[in-house]
Amino acid sequence: MNIVVCVKYVPDATGDRSFEADNTVDRVGVDGLLSELDEYAVEQALQIKEKRADEEVTVTALTVGPEKAVDAVRKALQMGADKAVHVTDEAIAGSDAIATSLVLAEAVKKANGGEVPELVMCGLASTDASMGVVPAMLAERLGLPQVTLASVVETQGDQVRIKRDSDVATEVVGGTMPLVLSVTDQSGEARYPSFKGIMAAKKKPLETWSLADLGVDASQVGLSVAWSQVEETAARPPRTAGEVVKDEDGSGAAALAGFLASKKFI
Amino acid sequence: MSEVLVLIDHVGGSVKKPTYELLTLAAKLGTPSAVFIGAADQAAGAAEAVKAYGAEKVYAIDDAQIKGYLVAPKAEALQQLATKVAPAAILLPSSAENKEVAARLAIKLESGLITDAVDLEEGGITTQSVFAGGYTAKAKVTKGTPIITVKPNSAAPEEKAAAGTVEQFPVTISDAAKTAQIVASQPRKASGRPELTEAAIVVSGGRGTGGNFEPIEKLADALGAAVGASRAAVDSGWMPHTFQVGQTGKTVSPQLYIANGISGAIQHRAGMQTSKTIVAVNKDEEAPIFELVDFGVVGDLHTVLPAVTEEIVKRKG
Repeated sequence: MNIVVCVKYVPDATGDRSFEADNTVDRVGVDGLLSELDEYAVEQALQIKEKRADEEVTVTALTVGPEKAVDAVRKALQMGADKAVHVTDEAIAGSDAIATSLVLAEAVKKANGGEVPELVMCGLASTDASMGVVPAMLAERLGLPQVTLASVVETQGDQVRIKRDSDVATEVVGGTMPLVLSVTDQSGEARYPSFKGIMAAKKKPLETWSLADLGVDASQVGLSVAWSQVEETAARPPRTAGEVVKDEDGSGAAALAGFLASKKFI
Repeated sequence: MSEVLVLIDHVGGSVKKPTYELLTLAAKLGTPSAVFIGAADQAAGAAEAVKAYGAEKVYAIDDAQIKGYLVAPKAEALQQLATKVAPAAILLPSSAENKEVAARLAIKLESGLITDAVDLEEGGITTQSVFAGGYTAKAKVTKGTPIITVKPNSAAPEEKAAAGTVEQFPVTISDAAKTAQIVASQPRKASGRPELTEAAIVVSGGRGTGGNFEPIEKLADALGAAVGASRAAVDSGWMPHTFQVGQTGKTVSPQLYIANGISGAIQHRAGMQTSKTIVAVNKDEEAPIFELVDFGVVGDLHTVLPAVTEEIVKRKG
């Protein structure tokens, strides 16, 4: 059984994030890392592999991004993925989710010898653009069903069962492999790479592919052909801290009630 | 003017408020047409509701072949409708499922997609809040039929009488789209409080509650507010994940957000930073949440909130 986990290299959310002059996310001048939300997908892929110990399961980590993005798949290898693919090409810079899903779809197939693998796994969303649409786009491009936003994942044979919390109900969703599976941060803490894992990762296969390797024409991707364009970006004016009072013998509650009344909330 | 399709957000035929917000925004781009995907016998009721907010037409799509499956059948249905109508844009309320429907639809229609818009102007220019609310971005779809998902509370719904003519639209759903199935569904118990993402006021609790949400809930009820929680409170098992406000939970943008015993980490800010007025109660005067507030109280929520609740109840008489 083959599992391909798609992961993204994102700017560290605790650092300063900004845009370039062309309104694309600055991915070069900032510290980046494997998106925290994708670590959960790597973790669940590894757990599936561990539970299916009686068969051969290969977990491949796949990322698309600039040179530094290789760190994202390296981390996945350290966690325990078997091999990794880094798709990088100058032409990809500025691609929207639609073009990114095209590159990912071709890479997923190539990583699995030209065929769709049993499972394509993703995180809930990236921590930068956070659209959360790539799993669905990937499923559409690969012609696969999607079972998304899993908080609990179980597989048996070619069957996948997940639990998820939708807005109005808690659901159990089922599907038959091959399919696209996305997991949330509720699915279980992601493991830290062990020292052994870090050493072993250095010997694991890591391939670097260009668009040409995937048979994707450079004219299909990148900022200039994006199907939507960001026209301007602006830093939100920082909220100016308002009045902060110390509660002493009930004064805080009275002051707060007064504030709420002054704003007509009561 | 061309039609603008608006997918109706409803529960069992009862239309939810974000639909009216979208219809109001849709009028800036063309003539609003509502799309009802649901039980055939509920379409007329939904049409009655949306025609008061400017829907000239209501396309009724029977969900007999759609319900119980995930995402793909809805995307196929909307693709078939869009191909027939050739709308100027397609608007969907931003929910996890609708974003996935929109994503599949974008690939099918070879059209650009913008998610989580918080405003929409003439010419299809959207405003989005990005990087945990630290930036705003204006964007525009440049290819195909613009597909835009819009967050709740993005516009004030404006009543506008319209024809609301119901047109049945039969769809054909492929077998391939019916491969991911909802096996079981446990509807959540109604709390009687407003929906978290749609509420005008949200009262949230975090680690500082120590697991006791009673002061939070009582204040929420006095204000007619929804209850939220930080990730710390959810991870501690004090509140279900559906109450979580933040990067991996709900994003809210109410008129008033009251954060209690919440320190204000970036992941939480991502979910509430665009609230109009922010209030915090926290014992720790160094808590980063105080950098954001319009009004803050350094104090113990377990004493401050009950006193505020009592005062509110008294003032409301």
